[in-house]
Amino acid sequence: MEGVDHLAQERSKAQFDVDQMKVIWAGSRHTLEVSDRIARLVASDPVFRKDNRTLLSRKDLFKNTLQKAAHAWKRITELRLSEEEAYWLRHYVDQPAYTDLHWGMFVPAIKGSGTEEQQKKWLPLAYKMQIIGCYAQTELGHGSNVQGLETTATFDPKTDEFVINSPTLTSSKWWPGGLGKAATHAVVYARLITDGQDHGVHGFIVQLRSLDDHLPLPGIIVGDIGMKFGSGAYNSMDNGVLRLDHVRIPREQMLMRVSQVTREGKYVQSNVPRQLLYGTMVYVRQTIVADASSALSRAVCIATRYSAVRRQFGSQDGGLETQVIDYKTQQSRLFPLLASAYAFRFVGEWLKWLYTDVTEKLQANDFSTLPEAHACTAGLKSLTTSATADGIEECRKLCGGHGYLSNSGLPELFAVYVPACTYEGDNIVLLLQVARFLMKTVAQLPSGKKPVGTTTYMGRAQHLIQCRSSAQKAEDWLNPSVILEVFEARAIRMSIACAQDLSKFSNQEEGFAELSSNLAEAAVAHCQLIVVSKFIDKVQQDIPGKGVKKQLEILCNIYALYTIHKHLGDFLSTGSITAKQASLANDQLRSLYSQLRPNAIALVDAFNFTDHYLGSILGRYDGNVYPSLYAEAWKDPLNESVVPDGYREYVQPLLKNQLRNARL
Amino acid sequence: MASSSATGADHLAHERSKAKFDVEAMKIVWAGSPHEFRVSDRMAHLVASDPSFRRENRAVLSRKELFTKALKKAAHSWKRIIELGLSDEEASWLWFYVDELTFAYIHWGMFVPAIKGSGTEEQLNKWLPLATTMRIIGTYAQTELGHGSNVQGIETTATFDPTTDEFIIHSPTLTSSKWWSGGLGKIATHAVVYARVITHDGQDHGVNGFIVQIRSLDDHLPLPGVTVGDIGTKFGSGAFNSVDNGVLRFDHVRIPRNQMLMRVAHVTREGKYVLSNVPRQLLYGTMVYVRKVIVVDSSIALSRAVCIAARYSSVRRQFGSQNREINGIAAETPVIEYKTQQSRLFSLLASAYAFRFIGEWLKSVYTDLTQKLEANDFSTLAEAHACTAGLKSLTTSSAVHGIEECRKLCGGHGYLNSSGLPELYAVFAPACTYEGDNTVLLLQVARFLMKTISQLPHSDQTHKLSGTIAYMALMDHYLIKYCCSVEKAEDWLKADVILKVFEARAIRMCVACAQNLAKFADPSEGFSELSPDLVEAAIAHCQLIVVSKFIEKLQQKIEGNGVKQQLETLCYLYALHLIHKYSGDFISTGSLNPKQASLANDQLRALYAEVRPNVIALVDAFNYTDHFLGSILGCYDGNVYPKLYDEAWKDPLNDSVVTDGYPEYIKPLLNQQLLNARL
Repeated sequence: MEGVDHLAQERSKAQFDVDQMKVIWAGSRHTLEVSDRIARLVASDPVFRKDNRTLLSRKDLFKNTLQKAAHAWKRITELRLSEEEAYWLRHYVDQPAYTDLHWGMFVPAIKGSGTEEQQKKWLPLAYKMQIIGCYAQTELGHGSNVQGLETTATFDPKTDEFVINSPTLTSSKWWPGGLGKAATHAVVYARLITDGQDHGVHGFIVQLRSLDDHLPLPGIIVGDIGMKFGSGAYNSMDNGVLRLDHVRIPREQMLMRVSQVTREGKYVQSNVPRQLLYGTMVYVRQTIVADASSALSRAVCIATRYSAVRRQFGSQDGGLETQVIDYKTQQSRLFPLLASAYAFRFVGEWLKWLYTDVTEKLQANDFSTLPEAHACTAGLKSLTTSATADGIEECRKLCGGHGYLSNSGLPELFAVYVPACTYEGDNIVLLLQVARFLMKTVAQLPSGKKPVGTTTYMGRAQHLIQCRSSAQKAEDWLNPSVILEVFEARAIRMSIACAQDLSKFSNQEEGFAELSSNLAEAAVAHCQLIVVSKFIDKVQQDIPGKGVKKQLEILCNIYALYTIHKHLGDFLSTGSITAKQASLANDQLRSLYSQLRPNAIALVDAFNFTDHYLGSILGRYDGNVYPSLYAEAWKDPLNESVVPDGYREYVQPLLKNQLRNARL
Repeated sequence: MASSSATGADHLAHERSKAKFDVEAMKIVWAGSPHEFRVSDRMAHLVASDPSFRRENRAVLSRKELFTKALKKAAHSWKRIIELGLSDEEASWLWFYVDELTFAYIHWGMFVPAIKGSGTEEQLNKWLPLATTMRIIGTYAQTELGHGSNVQGIETTATFDPTTDEFIIHSPTLTSSKWWSGGLGKIATHAVVYARVITHDGQDHGVNGFIVQIRSLDDHLPLPGVTVGDIGTKFGSGAFNSVDNGVLRFDHVRIPRNQMLMRVAHVTREGKYVLSNVPRQLLYGTMVYVRKVIVVDSSIALSRAVCIAARYSSVRRQFGSQNREINGIAAETPVIEYKTQQSRLFSLLASAYAFRFIGEWLKSVYTDLTQKLEANDFSTLAEAHACTAGLKSLTTSSAVHGIEECRKLCGGHGYLNSSGLPELYAVFAPACTYEGDNTVLLLQVARFLMKTISQLPHSDQTHKLSGTIAYMALMDHYLIKYCCSVEKAEDWLKADVILKVFEARAIRMCVACAQNLAKFADPSEGFSELSPDLVEAAIAHCQLIVVSKFIEKLQQKIEGNGVKQQLETLCYLYALHLIHKYSGDFISTGSLNPKQASLANDQLRALYAEVRPNVIALVDAFNYTDHFLGSILGCYDGNVYPKLYDEAWKDPLNDSVVTDGYPEYIKPLLNQQLLNARL
């Protein structure tokens, strides 16, 4: 970093070993080394510049995306990067592109749903990017309810082909990224019809564009669906619309791992269990949780650094004003988000382990933990993405007026992140899935069936529904077992209350619909317990580095106590804590903010973000905010001329009172 | 009919037929009076039918194109206002419905009021005729690169030079650069510049406003010593990017002495700083005015989002096909039928109405205050100031959050610009920051509340407890005797019960803060240490105001079949949703018990069911044209999908079938020829 470090004083206050914390944040020394190396590679490459992104027109922005994607791939091949390194390179390029879907959805769909033979045929093409794929599931009229898709794939035994068709306007495929302009192939989800019988939704590999001239193939109408939230952001992606007019594909392009259609047109289930497909879902949602911590940590890093630079009020005798980070109102909004970023980081790490565990079990035909793993990832996806979207926006507000400038990086961070609340399962729909699982678990408690994994605590229902928290003074709220017990008590009491209310309905489905808001709240309580308990687990591990463990303990306690304060109604109404205990928790929370304060900058430095990746003037590492803001302003196209375009036609006649005769 | 797309079938006709009240009468209640309804309706249609005001697809425009088109709309607006001889009222509706942010918004909304509020009669006579005919275009230059909320921290100086009878306006540091002022960057010819008054004896008299010309009226070039430009792009596409928020630096720019706004203080020819006999408090009147306007804006912004989400939720269907059939085909359930959708959407609908009425009430507060100030009666100023500050904070925070919630309620399609919601959000989000950061404002409210409480023991002070703090006179009752009387869900439908529980919670939170503050030896240290709790107490107080004014509204005579009934439902819904959302406050203060909270929740569910058939009619009552709403998802006739589909093809990316960049960046990649390609 050149020049003076305006945050040096802040950095010198840290009471822990920042480099060690970087290792913890990265997950391992190896991951830190690789990600750090690739981050610098990207930051130093002029093609990957992104500071002018919000100024580009849609076409220029898209072309820029294509260039970056091609350049990324070129670098990956030139430098012979490993899969891991390639992943980090795409990550740090930090611009949504068709390649995200190619690698993140198309390839996994073939891996997950294709037979061995199909994988042998398609994966090499995909790996070398000789074809570009996308994932065409949602339709104009159909999102969350996959079973409601209208696109049909009708088997024609005469030609041994499927006829893929969009029967209605609402059946148009809508939203798939990369579909609009780039993809040559798609995994298209369609209702399988044989001999007039509807076998539900299946995936099919369909070629969309010619590999010679990139023109759409006959029968295919494909285009971009138009602009989305924000400038820059997801507008670099060609989310697309696709209509298929009786497009014929060979029978073997149906993804046949779990079910097939025979040459004769018979629909057959293979001996591969359907549950395997859930494995992919667990995988995708686990990556979304990891993304949540990454997005939130960027916003928190920006807001924390800028809060240390920005001063307002409190000047005595003409001296410097107070750094806004020293205000309790700022701390009480910012520090819980910092704690959340760490909490989500660790729950994401744990989910990786869970995915590995589920995969091994599935391969051994052991499905016993699948429903729990599925509910758990669904709930955590919902919880972390909602909290992150809100948290980014809160960080923007914490940066005052300047947070509203594009060059603060926060508007784009928000715009690019918010769809995570909707894609891969609408967050409310997911919470209701969790609630359904919780209700089932509660219903089975009397039978003596032992709840597993993250629901193990439910096995102690007897104790948890009547226990009283032992917290008597503020310091008791630093005790992990005290915290864990109140979260468990609150979660199970909310679940049981829902179950009791449900039992008053003669029709269970009607009851579930009527009480769905309460059920969603019970699911949130359960998911927050998971996050808290995994954070506590992490802190109880052996953690090297001076002061590192201490900082994590502070963050863990802030996350837990802040959650208690925010959802106080839950804790009080279930009798999990008393009003007096709540007040003690709040006192303890304030004191934790003071303990965190000197470490705040070092804790965001531990994310190890380059200025390139952070993409924010307010979040610059060196804190030299104001001169950069000032210099940046003059780069706006409006400043290319002193007198603006349009002055002669629209401003001068107005000032001269000659508008009446003007032709506008 | 409110729709500009009256052709074709009304896909929401079935929804509209369910309404149990007179929509036309509700439109008048929403507008405020039959007169306001007629004027606004006429102007809305005038704007909607004028092709010059057509909403371009703003998102695809470059910054320059966006800006130039906005200039054109502003010029065309002004032209129509002159041609048609529109009244002030009509003109303000026209600007409103054009719905394009430009310099005109700041000229009329900030520059003109600043001169009116802070100028002497002589100054008004000179400048207002120029401004109101737009022969000059003004902006309001207060915040600086390094200084926002703390106006007293501003660094720009205005030093009086008695030798020439001039002020020298100067930007001494980088952080003193004026920053953010709308219309400043490229358009304004004049600005009210806030600067520290320094008299030639070197004394600093604090911040005052000065009228400074910044651009030549001949060629629009910045005057000597003035550096001015745009500060760059902001949140979103379209949105505030049509405004030239600007940066301004002065290098010893001289202006005549009489361009200091001298209503409350002036500098004499000899360079003496003199306070006039006009009390400083008068300036607060302007602040109350501006914040009242923002509260009204909150209800409008939120109601637009709610209108879009409510209509689209009736169109969109998802899941549940086993129960319903249309023409023999299984149809899914409209998402508006889901309780999870209702509990999020209907509380926002109720909030939109609540904010509408609180805005209306603030108008009367402002009128009342102005009269009192003119009669040198400052007794209600502190209360009115705290009240508007708090309501500005509460309504803008809720509206901003509510707009984003509405966007999420529209699922994936809410993320498309053509839904209108992203831009609505990007445009309204800064309202949480401008004209007083929302947290700073709540702390001002809290300070006022703590002062009020500290004076309570003196019984001779209780007569001062007028207006929105009158309930504090009942402190003893609420601390000792009060007990919430609710025993069954229906008890929550009594206005009196609701009011008391909100009063109990607010007063108990305030008293708890005051008690904790008393434990600190240094009160200002205590205030800063406890500030998050104080903010929560201020919110409790402000929510009480909104609830109580909604209840008062219901006690007025309200015309129209079923209208009052609907408003009652919305009022209870608003109050009970707050009780649920803030149940931690209510229970921890003992204002109600968990059982009563649970009954409130039961009643809330029942209210959702009551609102359900009326929802579309309740958003129709906002009387928004499709032009103003600017949303495919919210179109009046509900014919969403064909319009979305058609709109998609208009994106510039669809200009060509094969995309720009294919030969350079895709073809070599697919053909494995990247290594030799020059990218």
